[in-house]
Amino acid sequence: MTRNPMNPYLAGFLLGMVLLATIFVTGRGLGASGAVKSVAVTAVATLAPAHAAASPFYRPYVGPGKDSPLLSWLVFEVAGVLIGAFVSGLVSDRLALVTEAGPRVSRGLRWALAIVGGALFGVGAQFARGCTSGAALSGMAVLSTAGFVTMLAIFGTGYAFAWFARGLWLGGKAGS
Amino acid sequence: MGPFVPNLISDQLNLVVALLLGLAFGFVLEQAGFSSSRRLVGVFYGTDFTVLRVFFTAAVTAMSGVLLLGSAGLLDTEAIFVNPTWLWPAVVGGIVMGIGFVIGGYCPGTSVCAAAIGKVDAMFFVAGGLLGVLGFAEAYPFVKHFNDSSALGPVKVFDSLGISQGAFAFLLVAAAVAAFAATTWIEKRVAPASAPSLRFARGRHVVAGAALIALGGVLLVLPDYKSRLLARVSGGAYAGAHPVPVMTADELAFRIVDHEPNIRIVDVRSPAAFAARALPGATNVPTRSLFGKEWSPLLAPRHVRKIVVGDTEAEARKAGLLLEELGYENVTILEGGFPNFESTILTPAASAAPVGRWAADVLRFREDARAEIGRLTDAARHSGAKKPKAEKKIQGGC
Repeated sequence: MTRNPMNPYLAGFLLGMVLLATIFVTGRGLGASGAVKSVAVTAVATLAPAHAAASPFYRPYVGPGKDSPLLSWLVFEVAGVLIGAFVSGLVSDRLALVTEAGPRVSRGLRWALAIVGGALFGVGAQFARGCTSGAALSGMAVLSTAGFVTMLAIFGTGYAFAWFARGLWLGGKAGS
Repeated sequence: MGPFVPNLISDQLNLVVALLLGLAFGFVLEQAGFSSSRRLVGVFYGTDFTVLRVFFTAAVTAMSGVLLLGSAGLLDTEAIFVNPTWLWPAVVGGIVMGIGFVIGGYCPGTSVCAAAIGKVDAMFFVAGGLLGVLGFAEAYPFVKHFNDSSALGPVKVFDSLGISQGAFAFLLVAAAVAAFAATTWIEKRVAPASAPSLRFARGRHVVAGAALIALGGVLLVLPDYKSRLLARVSGGAYAGAHPVPVMTADELAFRIVDHEPNIRIVDVRSPAAFAARALPGATNVPTRSLFGKEWSPLLAPRHVRKIVVGDTEAEARKAGLLLEELGYENVTILEGGFPNFESTILTPAASAAPVGRWAADVLRFREDARAEIGRLTDAARHSGAKKPKAEKKIQGGC
């Protein structure tokens, strides 16, 4: 039987302690989107090295003498996230190959929406220099102005935009 | 004193640390229920405020921990990475991500968690993230100008708002408690049958909320580490209980002229005063800068006597006591401050002929010392001032 999630305040406290430990030991916060960027940069540098060398976006990360972008802190951290989440799913019996969608959304549409949402995060995280974890949460922990601005922009926009997207998530069985 | 990177933990070991911390991060995120897109977006529809509870609690916990460890002197808060601010790019990026959150149902960290336990939609979200970066890369020449605009550097939010660090910390904690109470009320209205907060006991939450407000009160009045140490060493009672050896101007002049290798003159006066006139071989470190780790190689050797020179003897004593608080040993202060050295050795007032042999010897010594110190000062000026090696900076961000 799938277990209920942890008490959110306890989970938040533990998450905060993990973040605090990260800051205390390494002097930096947690992140996620940076690893996605490293994978993208590596893919382009491997498949189209000429293009990477010519692009002002990729150039700082590639070229002779540069370590692979995959040898970065965030890539290892996100690899840890994958393992940690898998272990958590295993002990709480939540491992299952499923697609989760709103009651009125087909599986194919859900996948398309996930790609669009992911792409928007991919773009937005470049402008904001990080996503919900790296810019907003970690930034807030060290009282960075950018952290609070990014957090307010993400959640403020989420609330402003949610009404237009309610068909994607609500409806069907009441309260489900 | 944290952080342990880069001085205690090497870059290679840091990657192992990253893996372990990521493991804990992923485990907690998944246990919090963040591997479900419907739960995540529930925060925008009032049906499930789990995300807000976890996120806000984590932010308050980590921030409080950073402030408390910093004040206790266990964490060097100036060495840690503070995300620099590019104001308008942060706003635009946040807006784009907010839309992405509602459409995609995840953010990057949670999508990795969800993909790890087999959520197919999350795998598509991760792939979408890659496409987004590739798209941004192609558009980069066109958006570069905007992307680099309104750069404010690593500013702190309380400075941006013009309030104190403690006041901001208190307001954030109070806002968290208010948000927890309000969202619980909303959740039970919007989803009376399925609200996660139905499982919360009211009494316990009132106690927890009060404890959080109390924590905010502590943060409000918490002095920062530097101010606390400076206030301690400035107190008269503290100075009385911790005597510091004092060196006369004559003795210091003798040691300089004698080229004694195991002395280090630390001039804590302002850089302007130091530039105007200083002792040969002296290093200018204004009192507040003594905290910097970059001075450690200069000040740490125990066999080297640190002679602190200030505008006044009291200023030198304060800096000397601070050095001892910071763990440096073998500290001596110059008697009477720099002006006393000046009037005794460097520019003595014309005086009547010395009376007695002792006074004549002293006068001759001071004249010789003045000439030799003048030569040494000229020589030092030609060789240029030494700067400490800049500390390795911690890199961070996404």
